[in-house]
Amino acid sequence: MSSQDEKNQASLDKGSDPLHKERPGISRRRLIGGAAAGAAAIPVLHEVVPHAGLHSALAGSGEDHGSAVAAESGHSHGGGALGPTFRKGETVDHDANGFHPTDVLRDFDYGKTTRLASGRTLREWTLVAEDREIEVAPGISYPAWVYNGRVPGPTLRCREGDRLRIRLVNGSEHSHTIHFHGLHPAEMDGVPEVGAGVIDPGKSTVYEFDAEPFGLHLYHCHVGPLAEHIARGLYGTFIVDPADGRPEADELLMMMNGFNTNFDAEGNQVYAVNTVAFHYVNEPIRVKRNELVRIYLLNILEYDPINSFHIHGNFFDYYPTGTRLEPTEFTDTVIQGQAQRGICELRFPHGGPFMFHAHKTEFAELGWMGFFEVE
Amino acid sequence: MEARREAVGEGRGRAPLWLLAGGPLALIGVAVALFAALGGPGLGERAGPPVEELAVERSVLRPGEIELTVRNTGPDPVTVGQVFVADAYVDFEASERELGRLDSGTLALDYPWQEGSPYLVTIVTSTGATIDHEIEVAVETPEADAGFFGLMALLGTYVGLIPVALGMLFLPFVRRARKEWVRVFMAFTIGLLGFLAVDGYLEGLEIGEAGGGAFGGAELLFLGAAISYLALVGVERWLSGRRERAAGAGAEGFRLAMMIAIGIGLHNLGEGLAIGSAYAIGSLALGAFLVIGFAIHNTTEGFAIVAPLARGGERPSFSRLGLLGLVAGGPAIVGALIGASVSNADLSAFLIGIGVGAIAQVIVQLVPTIRDDGGRALHPAAVAGILGGVVAMYVTGLLIAV
Repeated sequence: MSSQDEKNQASLDKGSDPLHKERPGISRRRLIGGAAAGAAAIPVLHEVVPHAGLHSALAGSGEDHGSAVAAESGHSHGGGALGPTFRKGETVDHDANGFHPTDVLRDFDYGKTTRLASGRTLREWTLVAEDREIEVAPGISYPAWVYNGRVPGPTLRCREGDRLRIRLVNGSEHSHTIHFHGLHPAEMDGVPEVGAGVIDPGKSTVYEFDAEPFGLHLYHCHVGPLAEHIARGLYGTFIVDPADGRPEADELLMMMNGFNTNFDAEGNQVYAVNTVAFHYVNEPIRVKRNELVRIYLLNILEYDPINSFHIHGNFFDYYPTGTRLEPTEFTDTVIQGQAQRGICELRFPHGGPFMFHAHKTEFAELGWMGFFEVE
Repeated sequence: MEARREAVGEGRGRAPLWLLAGGPLALIGVAVALFAALGGPGLGERAGPPVEELAVERSVLRPGEIELTVRNTGPDPVTVGQVFVADAYVDFEASERELGRLDSGTLALDYPWQEGSPYLVTIVTSTGATIDHEIEVAVETPEADAGFFGLMALLGTYVGLIPVALGMLFLPFVRRARKEWVRVFMAFTIGLLGFLAVDGYLEGLEIGEAGGGAFGGAELLFLGAAISYLALVGVERWLSGRRERAAGAGAEGFRLAMMIAIGIGLHNLGEGLAIGSAYAIGSLALGAFLVIGFAIHNTTEGFAIVAPLARGGERPSFSRLGLLGLVAGGPAIVGALIGASVSNADLSAFLIGIGVGAIAQVIVQLVPTIRDDGGRALHPAAVAGILGGVVAMYVTGLLIAV
């Protein structure tokens, strides 16, 4: 019978949210209420957190987005055959989110540095885990779990051989850890039942280890259920610069991520780079013609096996994981599985707008696309 | 008890009737208002997140655009966040963004759909919940102009009116048949009708459940069935009253034939509805095969109408026969028009329920006509007739795929 197709109807009872399967008796409403309560408690913690980050010497280039953007009034690209778009004229409220994806691009946090007696540099950071509703697409909120109020978490940056001390303060309603990719002792691995193990709400711990090997790494929560603790937003980038550094460049951080907003653990409804879908369509990334651009590209996407990055009108040198100083490939498309990452170096020989997006085009049309504006 | 009755009897403290009725009503009103105003004292906050439901009641496809009419069938308000079609976010115009309980609104999606392709439309609510709507085959929705309604009328005539009229051509044959054979024919008719009732019931349930339940869904099927059953009992009583004055076995046969025609007509209304709405969303392959299938299937209905006329000595006039055919077959035209222009699951379930109730009532009426001289209804010939009717409907039903 046909008329029933006209009324095909589906409902979603968030009672089937995997969170609730795991924790019967905790309603999402209460979680949200708890998040608000948690947020109220956080300002005290924030005073000790240098969460705004210390910008790098290049951070100045991160300030120009405000004046830059033609589409400040809202999403104007695409529509119909012109391509995917959110409802025209709608953008995310970045102020309410507490972070701006354009700032996240060039916001490298070098931590609080002190010189040790041995002459080595000690870098210290404090990361606060919180529960927070964020708007991942215009009009769609997501109950995220975040480090220092943002997704992805702060981009921690250091130099090969530095001593690193990262304090985790758990202001969330849930237990969390920070697990770093890199070389470190077992008790600093940030997994349950080893070292400090799981850090319960209101508790804190310190992870301390040496910065090695140089390259582009990740950190993320490692509490079960793991997929959810990562997908909810508890992840960030950990960059170890080579001892002699890399050539001067306009450096950009791109964390490919997504949000399974209906919690069905089957793919995602929103895909993005640095959390807000279609953001760099609305506010293209401004770069200079012929200047070296270095993209720190990571894939943290859950519930989909791969992700990819493709750039229009250009090719890049690709350094997988950034652990070697010689590129392995000169290409315009790279595929990454979850937690894979690599450094892309390129120069734009031509001016104008150049698209970049997942060449898993389904992801592109669900939010993972943007533009470079070459001046 | 006795004492109280006496007290009332004495008229001491006797309140007027309106107060006895209005007093409790007023108290109930006050109690409900207080309960609502206090937010359900003692019940606490509702456990769990909001339940977000949207039913897509209608989808209209125009070149480059898909327009959905949605209704909030859940208990909580729903705010539409964004919409994607086949995994691509789209621009859209919304008549209303936030829909309260039972509110409806339209979403006009800017999307370059391709004819013949299936599409999955996903509405993402403000909380990230998703509501899927499947468009089985994308076909431009026909404009409801004169030509379109003409086509629906023609379709209804082909599948309703003509086959029923053809089936009635068996009248001379049944008139010549012996009394025992007439009983078998009537049993055959019961079998036919029984099959139609079950068929309608199953279809109505399916449609009702698809409706989202805002207005009851499957309950509407039973409501429709009850209304038509009871209404037809009333009509039948009224016709019997007239018959007593008119008397005559011929009048009795015609009355039965008319009751069957009404029942079948109400059933064909639902059938036309299915055809019309299938056509409107492009999922109906119009063609000779479909028309032939319906013709054979519905021819048996024509036979069912004339079967009671065998018992009378009086010959019904052609105009009366024409009336019977019109009553039984004509509603298919009306159904096709309704189905093609208003596509609504709740309405469909209700109308199909009306057909089911009507048929049930006709079956009840036909049972006395198959009793043998000993008064038994389920004698071997009658059983064979009933099964024959069921099998005939089943087999001819296989010819139709809507």
